[in-house]
Amino acid sequence: MRAWPSMLMLGALLAGPVAAAEYAPLPGGTFTSVLPADGKAAPAKIAPFHMRTEPVTNAEFLAFVKAHPQWRRDQVAPVFADRRYLTHWAAPDALGDALPQQPVTRVSWFAAQAYCESEHARLPSWYEWEYAAAADATRSDARKDPAWRERVLQWYSRPSSQSLPTIGGAADVHGVRDLNGVVWEWVDDFNALLVGSDSRDQDGADKMKFCGAGAVSMQEKENYATLMRIAMLSALKAVDTTNNMGFRCAKPD
Amino acid sequence: MKRLAPWLLLALLLAGQAFAATPLPPDSVYQFNVTLTDQDGHARPLAARRGQVQLVSMIYTSCAMVCPMIVDTMKLTRKAVAEPARDKLALLAVSFDPERDNVEALRNYAAARRLDMRHWTLARTEAKDARPLAALFGLQYRQLPDGDFNHSSELILLDADGRIVARTTIIGRVDPAFVQAIDKTLATH
Repeated sequence: MRAWPSMLMLGALLAGPVAAAEYAPLPGGTFTSVLPADGKAAPAKIAPFHMRTEPVTNAEFLAFVKAHPQWRRDQVAPVFADRRYLTHWAAPDALGDALPQQPVTRVSWFAAQAYCESEHARLPSWYEWEYAAAADATRSDARKDPAWRERVLQWYSRPSSQSLPTIGGAADVHGVRDLNGVVWEWVDDFNALLVGSDSRDQDGADKMKFCGAGAVSMQEKENYATLMRIAMLSALKAVDTTNNMGFRCAKPD
Repeated sequence: MKRLAPWLLLALLLAGQAFAATPLPPDSVYQFNVTLTDQDGHARPLAARRGQVQLVSMIYTSCAMVCPMIVDTMKLTRKAVAEPARDKLALLAVSFDPERDNVEALRNYAAARRLDMRHWTLARTEAKDARPLAALFGLQYRQLPDGDFNHSSELILLDADGRIVARTTIIGRVDPAFVQAIDKTLATH
């Protein structure tokens, strides 16, 4: 029994986050998304929330799988992650060449959700993410500025064979970093963004595939960097993992 | 996910001794730890449904458009399965609108749609569990500002161990290939 305290401490060290994750408060409000809330023109209404200031890193995710071994790549159930899950690590419990401060990638939506739960958080909704990513160093919505668009687009032209940058970019006006230019990021409603169009308008074989009252149409077409994000997210299944898809978490206010 | 183990144990107890010895297949949806509350208010883990071949879909009861057709198609599909195997087929519709679909709403819907509750289950989840459950089934939904939803309309066939063995997007009439898959799954059950 005397061994208990030290074992508890060891357990706490292994289970605890590498360093407590930081969350920044964002005021939310009415936001003109590239995806109108009603499929036509309605702006999104975003409640105040907290966003993780950085994407989750390899080091942080390693600590998570050590504390929750059911999320190790050799133990995860295939209904929760595909075969590429965390395969860039040297071992199920060792990073190898993957840098501790690089964002973790090759994680499924289910794994990202479980990680966020371990921080008593959740994945951000698409609207929360898009709203947060619209900021620059001085403005909460810099999207009309050609310089913002240029900077965001630059990242998409970077070859995906290059190794991922580490986190630690400049903080935006909210104190959040690396939303653009490091990785793609999972959102809670990733699979709901392009849910079909109005079944009443449709003919043909797909007529009944989707049901709903609002056709989805894209707004802000000149903001195609953001539209690419949506296309990417919509193409994925919840078990999928990719070289460049990471995540961060959010909390309600 | 961290609550998986105790729930699984409970699920195994509820599912009866027949399954206590057989580990769950890794590709089973019953790997997912979620509580379903049915139209009578009974709360049970999803995994407690292990042992039944079943048709599954997700709906919301205030839906005036395709959802009633999903439910009707589930009825029609069940009728297209030959007896006596048909009696072994269970039907499950889970709401992706837990905000409005409380137990009473589910019970009213069952009555209004004249569902035979000997083989039907209507269920809701906690708000946080609806989206993971939809992701697990490969179903999509998106809430609109007026409270309606855009959502996929699909029927899913689960074998007795919770593996997704077939799915169809044909709604409004019976999909013969899907019925064939049901027959086959029931025959090997």
